[in-house]
Amino acid sequence: MADEVVLLDLKVSPFAARVRIALEEKGISYESKVEDLSNKSSTLLKMNPVHKQIPVLIHNGRPICESMIIVQYIDEVWSHKSSLLPSDPCRRAHARFWADYIDKKIYPIGRNLWASEGEVKESSKKDLVECFKVLEEELGEKPYFGDESFGYIDLALVPFYTFFYTFEILGELSMVAEFPKLVGWGERCLQKETVSKSLSGQKEVYEIILQIKQKLGIQ
Amino acid sequence: MAEVKLLGAWGSPFSRRVEMALKLKGVEYEYIEEDLGNKSPLLLKYNPIHKKVPVLLHNGKPIAESLVILEYIDETWKTNPILPDDPYDKAMARFWAKFLDDTCMPAIWQIMWSKENQREKAIEEAIQHLKTLENELKDKRFFGGETIGLVDIAANFIGFWLGAVQEASGMELVNKERFPVLCRWIDEYVNCSVVKQNLPPRDKLIAFLQSRFSASSWKY
Repeated sequence: MADEVVLLDLKVSPFAARVRIALEEKGISYESKVEDLSNKSSTLLKMNPVHKQIPVLIHNGRPICESMIIVQYIDEVWSHKSSLLPSDPCRRAHARFWADYIDKKIYPIGRNLWASEGEVKESSKKDLVECFKVLEEELGEKPYFGDESFGYIDLALVPFYTFFYTFEILGELSMVAEFPKLVGWGERCLQKETVSKSLSGQKEVYEIILQIKQKLGIQ
Repeated sequence: MAEVKLLGAWGSPFSRRVEMALKLKGVEYEYIEEDLGNKSPLLLKYNPIHKKVPVLLHNGKPIAESLVILEYIDETWKTNPILPDDPYDKAMARFWAKFLDDTCMPAIWQIMWSKENQREKAIEEAIQHLKTLENELKDKRFFGGETIGLVDIAANFIGFWLGAVQEASGMELVNKERFPVLCRWIDEYVNCSVVKQNLPPRDKLIAFLQSRFSASSWKY
């Protein structure tokens, strides 16, 4: 029986991008159903009644929610190629720890940077810089966070690479000056077709963020 | 010989989760109590990123973040698995554990720390999330089925700490009328031997919480 794989999707969402990359890495055919978050489909509300958020992976009619939970599911079901998590429990724990760090820090702090003003924006900028310093140090001289090859941590972080231009303009930062290793890593990841075809361009993300800011009435 | 150490804190539900899993699997370990007001060089060395407990040390290698530690324990020691084998069921367990940590618990703490005029809204939100959780439980004995699993371990805050918070503050969120299924689970849960052995002394916890709430001049 052929697998039916559907992704409730949104182009600019870093969380949906993670799932797209995982599906591409495994060579899985899927149908992408783009959601309008201002007018959520009945499918989305039915498949993710708890959070009503994308991404949702629907595999043979059964929904899985939360991006890194979906990624682990994909890795476990389609285990025949391109392992995303290492096999050793200690290295797996290390990968999960860093994906958790990225989830807890990069998205919420980054969002505060582009979605707020004044003092909140300033303190978000400081916090974000600290987080990127931590990530730059964790990456070190390795080509990928997963060491020799693209893996779980890289997948968790790389969609946020598309936000670097936004952080630079709105945060008055120079990502390449302050975090050269991270920028090099991002460019290296984009050499992979599975990554580049799954992500929007940095300027495109910036334009969308500006539109959102306008809608929310933020300067 | 494998060496397992746990940096923990007596009152921390996150720390107790790890102890529960280790005990469930019969893993011998050395427990090191941390004074969170005066963090040890050991803690700062082994969890420099978050500087929090719990931290598991296995043959000198540190693992931090309780849910990450629980999965590590399950993958390393195979007795009494806490996660199902089936990838879909595993994904569901991970989803509910995350829901507990990212949605449920923050909503409950929000009640305690919110201003008086926002408290009712905070309570409504917490009730909504607890009802969602209760709905997931339905007629199962435990979230994990017949035996406790990852979600039950992660729900130790609901199972025990919440009762202590309620008593310490006078705030009532969970009661039999409002949450009959959840209360039934709480009774089963705290009477379960591996859970009972891994709870802090109730009076000591209530006293500790009372001092925290009064220090912040929180009044319910």
